[in-house]
Amino acid sequence: MTLGEGVQLVTFVVLSAMAIGFALGVVWAPSIVYSGFLLGGVFLSMAGLYLLLNADFVAAAQVLIYVGAVNVLILFAIMLVNRRYTFAPLKLGWLRNGVTAVVCLGLFALLTAMALNTPWQLEPIQPTSSVLVMGGHFFREYLLPFELASVLLLMALIGAIVLARREFVIPQAGEGDLSLLERARPQLESESERQAELVSTR
Amino acid sequence: MTKAGIDLQLGFETALQNLGLGAGAAHALWMPLPMLLLIIAATLGVMVMTWLERKISAAAQQRIGPNMAGPQGVLIPIADGIKLLTKEDVLPILADPVLFTLGPILVFLPVFLCYLVVPFGQNLLISNIAIGVFFLIATSSVQPIGLLMSGYGSNNKYSLLGGLRAAAQSISYELPLALSVLAVVLMSNGLDTVGIVEQQSGLGILSWNVWRQPIGFVIFLISALAETERIPFDLPEAEEELVAGYQTEYSGMKFALFYLGSYANLLLASLIAAVLYLGGWSFVVPVETIAALAGIPLDNPFLQIGAAALGIVMTMVKAFIFIFLAILLRWTLPRVRIDQLLDLGWKFLLPVSFVNLLLTAALKLAFPTFFGG
Repeated sequence: MTLGEGVQLVTFVVLSAMAIGFALGVVWAPSIVYSGFLLGGVFLSMAGLYLLLNADFVAAAQVLIYVGAVNVLILFAIMLVNRRYTFAPLKLGWLRNGVTAVVCLGLFALLTAMALNTPWQLEPIQPTSSVLVMGGHFFREYLLPFELASVLLLMALIGAIVLARREFVIPQAGEGDLSLLERARPQLESESERQAELVSTR
Repeated sequence: MTKAGIDLQLGFETALQNLGLGAGAAHALWMPLPMLLLIIAATLGVMVMTWLERKISAAAQQRIGPNMAGPQGVLIPIADGIKLLTKEDVLPILADPVLFTLGPILVFLPVFLCYLVVPFGQNLLISNIAIGVFFLIATSSVQPIGLLMSGYGSNNKYSLLGGLRAAAQSISYELPLALSVLAVVLMSNGLDTVGIVEQQSGLGILSWNVWRQPIGFVIFLISALAETERIPFDLPEAEEELVAGYQTEYSGMKFALFYLGSYANLLLASLIAAVLYLGGWSFVVPVETIAALAGIPLDNPFLQIGAAALGIVMTMVKAFIFIFLAILLRWTLPRVRIDQLLDLGWKFLLPVSFVNLLLTAALKLAFPTFFGG
């Protein structure tokens, strides 16, 4: 075993252990803030595993998008809404845990079966620039999903702007409890409209 | 610059193999050397920068500045270091000990990882990975997590606000920064830093990217200033509003990590600006032209050593121009408000950088000779 192979094996074991350990920590951590930070650890170890597979661009994109953007936003949201709730213990709470465990185990079994039954291509691939290969695929076979994803992101962006432009308005009398506390800011009236309104009320 | 300059790694490893070591052992002995050298160089750079900051600040305010510790006060950074090392490491009683300790480390580590891809010469960098500048952007995006961690772990309202502001700021300015870098990448047809410098080295100063990417250059400078949290964008630690932001509760070595990290980040941003826009290690006139005029063959060892030294000096000179600019801006511009900061990032810099990217792509299609077709 050469130096490179030994380092690869040790790195693989360490990264896998880290990924599994952090993922368990996300689920078991007592505080949601800890879960958020541990999630970043999971993403980072996944990026390390991608690096081991020679997918350097995917690894960097994983760090940039999942750690640098998604995880930071999750933490941001957690820290802005840091309210402590006291949850009453549920009746049949164990049933919920049991169903979750069954679903997770089923998913795990499914993935294991898939991993064992797929004929993997085991011969080493000639190292080429992964950026060029991915760019080619994006604009040939996967053009439609690529464009659809961009439209989806645009929709999310517009939705976020609509939500962010709402202002807090004190509820008026006659509105039930079901109405939203927040609503869109009323449009400013122009001078002519106000004149017309005044005339009509007289 | 197609012919390779000095290859220290090859020389070192062949020398060790001639002494009777295996190839793997020689490689393993080589690997820590450049890393150690770069850590020392970055730390020295930070020390020089803190001294410069004091001296230039003093000059801007018509003071003398530090003048007792050594000639012209050059020993001030060492005094700083000793002070920070010997101070008591305070852990606030209500702070979260794990997050409080991990935060500064996570702020500090990505900066030093980024130095992996900064080139000082043809072979004078630790690793010429194919995704160079993308690695840089991705690695530096880990920093906000450390900032949030230290802000939350301190259990102090000013710290939390500072950490949140820092994260918001660095997310907002990462986008224009990445887009302006992308325009440069479009012209050089590759993400590796060495390729970007070589693409600019044809005609000396005339072929530097700053002439072809003036808008991108300005966007990069503004965003880099915001990413490094320098005045006018130092809102996360605005002392009039937030005491010291996320650094409020820190002392001793943990504070030193923040301090070192922020200056190392400024040095890194300046080096990257030099590499992306000012031709990296290339001299005003290409070294090949000078050698041809003087009639020295390019494989002359003295010429190669001279060219390598000149490359390092040129990179540092270009980087320190930006550092000087950043320090001067600190005493020139007032701090912006948080809404002005986010307005500038999202409503001005982001659209302008998109336009810059489109313009670069269009020009590349129209004039492939000038814009690296």
